[in-house]
Amino acid sequence: MATVLHWLLDETPTSRLQARLGRHARVALALTRNPLAVIGLIIVALLLVSALAAPLIATQDPVAQDLARRLLPPSAAHWMGTDELGRDIWSRTVFGSRITLTIVLLVAIIAAPLGLVVGAVAGYFGGWCDRILMGVTDIFLSMPKLILALAFVAALGPGIQNAIIAIAIATWPSYARIARAETLTVRHSEFISAIRLQGASATRVILRHILPLCASSMIIRVTLDMAGIILTAAGLGFIGLGAQPPLPEWGAMISRGRNFILDQWWVSTMPGLAIVTVGLGFCFLGDGLRDVLDPKQAGKP
Amino acid sequence: MTAISLRNLDIFYGATKVVHDLTLDIAEGESVALVGESGSGKSTVLKAITGLATNWTGAIAVEGVPRSHRIDRRCARQCQLVFQDPYASLHPRKTVDDALSEPLAIHGIPDDGRRVETTMAAVGLDARLRFRFPHQLSGGQRQRVAIARALMPEPRILLLDEPTSALDVSVQAEILNLLKRLRREQGLTYLMVTHNLPVVSFLCDRLAVMQKGRIVEIAEVARFKTGALASPYARELYAAGASRGC
Amino acid sequence: MTAPLLDIENLRVTFPTSTGPVDVVRGLSFALGRERLGIVGESGSGKSMTGRAILRLVRPPGRVTADRLHFDGIDLLAQNPRRMRLIRGARISMVMQDPKFSLNPVMTIGAQIAEAVLTHERVSRVDLHSRVVAMLEAVRIDDPDRVAALYPHEVSGGMGQRVMIAMMLIPQPDVLIADEPTSALDGSVQAQVLDIIDEQITSKGMGLILISHDLNMVASYCERILVMYRGEVVEECRADALADARHPYTRGLLAAMPHIDETRDELPVLDRRAWTTP
Repeated sequence: MATVLHWLLDETPTSRLQARLGRHARVALALTRNPLAVIGLIIVALLLVSALAAPLIATQDPVAQDLARRLLPPSAAHWMGTDELGRDIWSRTVFGSRITLTIVLLVAIIAAPLGLVVGAVAGYFGGWCDRILMGVTDIFLSMPKLILALAFVAALGPGIQNAIIAIAIATWPSYARIARAETLTVRHSEFISAIRLQGASATRVILRHILPLCASSMIIRVTLDMAGIILTAAGLGFIGLGAQPPLPEWGAMISRGRNFILDQWWVSTMPGLAIVTVGLGFCFLGDGLRDVLDPKQAGKP
Repeated sequence: MTAISLRNLDIFYGATKVVHDLTLDIAEGESVALVGESGSGKSTVLKAITGLATNWTGAIAVEGVPRSHRIDRRCARQCQLVFQDPYASLHPRKTVDDALSEPLAIHGIPDDGRRVETTMAAVGLDARLRFRFPHQLSGGQRQRVAIARALMPEPRILLLDEPTSALDVSVQAEILNLLKRLRREQGLTYLMVTHNLPVVSFLCDRLAVMQKGRIVEIAEVARFKTGALASPYARELYAAGASRGC
Repeated sequence: MTAPLLDIENLRVTFPTSTGPVDVVRGLSFALGRERLGIVGESGSGKSMTGRAILRLVRPPGRVTADRLHFDGIDLLAQNPRRMRLIRGARISMVMQDPKFSLNPVMTIGAQIAEAVLTHERVSRVDLHSRVVAMLEAVRIDDPDRVAALYPHEVSGGMGQRVMIAMMLIPQPDVLIADEPTSALDGSVQAQVLDIIDEQITSKGMGLILISHDLNMVASYCERILVMYRGEVVEECRADALADARHPYTRGLLAAMPHIDETRDELPVLDRRAWTTP
């Protein structure tokens, strides 16, 4: 282990592979030195594990109903109690992590690159291109995220795929704004001129030289936004426009528990706790990443 | 053969003409300096030759081929620019290795990593610095990286924009020696923009003095060293340089 | 001889880093009378930090310590921030490298110079205006009334630097610290700005500390030179005796500079192993 670490952190790497791995190792090491980031990392890792190994962790079938055992409080048999149809809440929460993770990942995969490219292209070319792209962006930005997502789901029809598309459509504009701002600060810098003078095409300059500069702020921003995305998804689920029954989506679960909130508090509280925990986890991780990746913290790549 | 030929060149920034009717021929293998104060338009000339300034009229030919108004890849391979400030001209998130392999990728030159090594050796960079980031290098090392990057596509011409004015005196001497040696070894043509006359004496064969966007005098450096200059402005520059004892 | 204006002994500026504290200035001692002193060094030599340390402008986490840091009998290290502000500007002024960053972009030049007076004394409006105009004239600005009404972006670099000098000199300080005052300017303008500084210093009998990387420039405008390397003074000599400098670093610097009638085929490069720093 010590030799591997030594090889990774070698000040004078001898190959491109070693240099690249070493860079990642340094970021990872710096991240583990930040206690909040570690907590965030652990929470996100738990989310991943519970999503991947849901059938192993869950104690019962998440959709199996047992009306004889409805609305039971937390006990040894049902760790988080049961809901109004006698389904085990613990199992449903565990399986719900799959849905949450899918939403979060798909939104990140769709919205971040889209925003990044739109923003970088607008910032790099400027002029009409900038005005048109940013005009569209501003139209999207001028509407509240949740309401925009609501409108799209209403148009596309309720369902988890549509919820994902709607949330992605509502989130990309803020990424485009960030990417454009970052691009504008470097567009006329000498190192970009230098690479243009080498004969690089605009595509190459944007993809290989401008986007990497926006990437770290984007990673930070996306991670911090994850909590918001989860909340939006849960909100859509809560008003019945997200995942449809009997899918164990956390927002929908809270919504179902609303009727019993005073007498059977656990039905709403347990998935609510899951949302809060995961949201916090992403926030902590985002904060930690910002400390590690922020270019102003020069000295560490 | 002429490496760079500028004919009746007028360059504009917006509506203002910053360079007026400039004509200059630089022979292959020659080292020429464009000298003048800031605002004299000397850097703008380099920008027009490279394609960074596009608003010009007249004719620019590089290696006998007229160049278009935009950056073109063929021209980029023959003619490279070294920027003034090595702190600004290197991408902060790219290692030395990335910076030097990028030109090879752009021009589709096959690369097994050896060319980066040989160029690094040629500019006097330790191979151990290969995977360092710019912020881990000193100013002199950065300028060597910038020179190495310009040399990667094996150009015939180097355009130098005040290549040592951001550096310390002791480092300036190292970079000047390096530029002189590279020119000798690789038969390069230099066009250097500077306000530092002693640097011209050390590195150049000929100089063109610019004032307010016009060339007021073109002289051999051998003649310049004796102070035998025709135009009053050039004599004034020489006197200012000589009186400061540098 | 009277007591020196500035009396510094064993000045240290320390910055903490991840690998332990680093001394940027290590044990610097000198005294400044009503004279012109040049501090020369390359980047990282600690020359600028020395200037900032005297004015207590080193930002935390940097720390300044000294056995003695006296100005005109006042212990600068013992002053609280409020007292220090009264000394700064009124008695010791500093001109920085680039006027673009030192002038307030949204105030006219005249207002900024007037501000410099008003922070330190009470003056009537009529007096104030005439003093501003007189000061601008003193730094050889031909049309002081017009320039006083301009904003900083409307003037050239050389003019901006002259305005800076006017602003720094109008409270009539005893010591002027000029940190690379001309390196953002062109050759001929450089000489002009330095001549103005020189004229003002000499006529008012002030003390000047000229901080620069340019040995020749410092040699031609100062009487005494300190050469700094890595936070220490390696050479102290009279400016006219620079050619006889003994330290290999100073000699190396002198040799590494090309001359206007250069004939050498290769410039000698500093061999930093030729001397050791304890």
